[in-house]
Amino acid sequence: MSDKLTPKDFATSQEVRWCPGCGDYAILKSVQKALADVGADPKNTAFVSGIGCASRFPYYVETYGFHTIHGRAPAIATGLKLANPELDVWVVTGDGDSLSIGGNHLMHALRRNVGLKILLFNNEIYGLTKGQYSPTSRIGTKSPSSPKGSVDTPVSPGQFALGCGAHFFARGVDTDKVGMSDVLQQAHAFVGTSFVEIFQNCIVYNEDVFANFTERKTAANTQLHLKHGEPMLFGENNGKGIRFNQETWSLEVVDATASPDDVLIHDESNAILARLLIDLHMPVAMGVIYRQPAVSFEHTFYAHHPTRMQRTKSIADVIKGPSSWTVE
Amino acid sequence: MIRLAGDSGDGIQLMGSQFAVSTALAGADFATFPDYPAEIRAPVGTTFGVSAYQINLGGGPITTAGDAPEVLVAFNPAALKVSLPMLDKGALVIVNNDTFTARNLAKAGYDSDPREDGTLNDFQLVTADISHLNLEAVKEFGLSKSEGGRCKNFYALGMLLWMFDRELAPVEDWIQRRLASNPTMRDANIKALHAGHAFAETAELSANLSQIDLPQAEMEPGEYRSITGAEALALGLAAAGELADRSIMFCSYPITPASPLLHRLTNLAEMGVGTFQAEDEIAAICAAIGASYGGMIGVTSSSGPGIALKTEAMGLAVSAELPLVIVNWQRGGPSTGLPTKTEQSDLYQAVYGRNGDTPVPVLSASTSGECFDMAIEATRIALRHMTPVILLADGYLSNAAEPWRIPDLSAFQPITTNPVPDTDESPQRRAFTRNPETHGRAWVIPGMPDLMHRIGGLEKDVESGHISYDPANHQRMTDLRAAKVDSVADFIGDQGIEQGPDSGNLVVVGWGSTYGPIYQATRRTGVSFIHLRHLHPLPRNLGDLLGRFDKVLVPEMNDGQLTTLLRDALCLEPIPFSKVTGQPFLIRELVEKIEAVRGEAS
Repeated sequence: MSDKLTPKDFATSQEVRWCPGCGDYAILKSVQKALADVGADPKNTAFVSGIGCASRFPYYVETYGFHTIHGRAPAIATGLKLANPELDVWVVTGDGDSLSIGGNHLMHALRRNVGLKILLFNNEIYGLTKGQYSPTSRIGTKSPSSPKGSVDTPVSPGQFALGCGAHFFARGVDTDKVGMSDVLQQAHAFVGTSFVEIFQNCIVYNEDVFANFTERKTAANTQLHLKHGEPMLFGENNGKGIRFNQETWSLEVVDATASPDDVLIHDESNAILARLLIDLHMPVAMGVIYRQPAVSFEHTFYAHHPTRMQRTKSIADVIKGPSSWTVE
Repeated sequence: MIRLAGDSGDGIQLMGSQFAVSTALAGADFATFPDYPAEIRAPVGTTFGVSAYQINLGGGPITTAGDAPEVLVAFNPAALKVSLPMLDKGALVIVNNDTFTARNLAKAGYDSDPREDGTLNDFQLVTADISHLNLEAVKEFGLSKSEGGRCKNFYALGMLLWMFDRELAPVEDWIQRRLASNPTMRDANIKALHAGHAFAETAELSANLSQIDLPQAEMEPGEYRSITGAEALALGLAAAGELADRSIMFCSYPITPASPLLHRLTNLAEMGVGTFQAEDEIAAICAAIGASYGGMIGVTSSSGPGIALKTEAMGLAVSAELPLVIVNWQRGGPSTGLPTKTEQSDLYQAVYGRNGDTPVPVLSASTSGECFDMAIEATRIALRHMTPVILLADGYLSNAAEPWRIPDLSAFQPITTNPVPDTDESPQRRAFTRNPETHGRAWVIPGMPDLMHRIGGLEKDVESGHISYDPANHQRMTDLRAAKVDSVADFIGDQGIEQGPDSGNLVVVGWGSTYGPIYQATRRTGVSFIHLRHLHPLPRNLGDLLGRFDKVLVPEMNDGQLTTLLRDALCLEPIPFSKVTGQPFLIRELVEKIEAVRGEAS
């Protein structure tokens, strides 16, 4: 490709049909920009989705796209990646699609480390079916199917992923262009399954459910943007830090100016630290929380296949079996 | 025919006679043939000390103990050595692992272990630690090792009774009477009998005595090998890949009796075959769809319960117009049903069983060898029409071995698909450009330059392929999907007649693995026989052909599903003949039914 593609080159002719103000618009822009930034080749890029508002995504990206069935996108994407490991395969899913009906497939994609970039648009609600509580909804969520408040304990996408043996987990906020750009590029570069939880605001059925940490005005104090090898600092002028409390085995906020030596250095390869960061409620950890390089499933699949999926023998070579006889 | 063979001290004659008793009580014909050594207690483990017992059970009136055993139970290497030359290729061989020691192998005259050196390549081998498992089972009775060991014939008998669906009770009654004076041995033997039965059930051992033995004289000249349905289907898929010059990606989840196909395909990797064991049935078909989307031939396989789970994804493949082969090794239902027993009761599921108007071509294989041809045919239809195709086989075919005339692959036409049109239209339109005769669209795959487009399960515009909720368009797309599957009939040729005249009083119509017994029964009675391989759509001439007969008899191993299908498609009123015992038809049963129907006034 002679000319570098721009974000606009990754937009399709299709009218985008999310509700006005939906967080998905911002995510779409960030993804189109990330594709341009990483120099993605549209013919070698495929977006696979399941069912739900988020899963409309492939219709709006000028690459190959497959809008499939509820919860099954990771399984279909796995087959696609096995058929052509050269493709960049992205999976776009929501909290109901990936953690309810499709939880099993997400689990197995993660533990196999299939080369997929899985973007989970988490809005803690079922949008397309008009607002029922989802597997990530907090206890007490009032919805058409839980008028007195939901009673289920929500699943934590990050803890689920690490429990499944995920090798890459990151987080971003739908409208945070800078954070999303970084997270998407890192997810793209990772070999294996990169799993990204995006806090996405459903303006109709669950508005502002994440506002306590996504409001731009207060974000400096409510979000912890992680960088591998750098101290965990946040707040105005990075005045606050995160330290490990050895008595309670938990993370806590510390005055970074007064106790700079207490501030933890982010080590994205530390799974225990990742689990503590996922559960940190204020500030909320963003960026690459966990990354542990590993061989991808498709690499191992082809390496173990005696002919790397090529036909080196004809059926005529094997059809006779161990022994044959002739009838005159 | 079953042959039991072991040391003369193993209690073989006792076990054989008890199996015969149980068989007689089950209503099956049988003939037996005890085969003792001259010495009452010849040296243990030697070939001249082998004691054997043969039982012939099966379809027609039995007059002899048969020539070639189809099942051999060998209690030691010597018994295997003596009995092996008597077996036909494809026979089921059950061996007691515990006796295959270096010493016993030497005594039997084996230089190497026949279980591993290829000696048994032509047979279906089942190995079980019978001595060891038996001793574990009777441990609670505090018997000496030799006393406990004597129960192993009843352990093995328990396994056989499970495999052949015979009653435990008559044997148990016999033990009760015979060993009334020795309650410990009585209870230990009964325990061993039940333990062997439970082992076979848990291990899902199954055996199907073949219903048809083609006499040598009837075989066409050519080169033959022994083959099971699973082997033939695996080879057929690999051959289809070669004919289409595409790789095969086989994605499945283990289930009885479909797993042998997965196992066989893992040995065909060099044919460009990949196997992916998915996390569940749904993931298996979805990964296969993903592979087809990526340009390989996606194949999945299962049995009824697993196929039920795959139905939503089949609809996606129909909607996205992607090729896919779905193999159903049918077993007894409903629900978990009879996993190891054969049935043909998923025909409705295959033809009618999806949400929406979602037609899918349905084929079936009649014999183990024909699984090869039908795998190629299913793939050919899938690629030509860009559609999922269901191939119905069953548990009987999966394991049943038969002599198979090795085909010449050059006799098969290459498998072709639809080229991408070279036009200036948008990629979306080019991807949904369809062949006017097959209604198959172009197989555009990710990686192709300048053809980026979107597909999915939402209804799409018939021409542009974009999402469309337009009422008239949905009518057109529904009509198109129906026309596509109907057009398969333009390519499959006319239905032929297996045997008998092409008109008359009575024709027997079958499908699937009932081919063997129906063939024999119609040959004996001289009535016409038509066997279907294409079940949906049916061959164009089938209505005319069946119309030339006064009566149409449809024997099938279900509650009348092909009968319904023929009534639905051809407005016929066939006479159903259903059998749902988990057992194949007996030739005798079919002959009696044919005689009865022929005798009735039309």
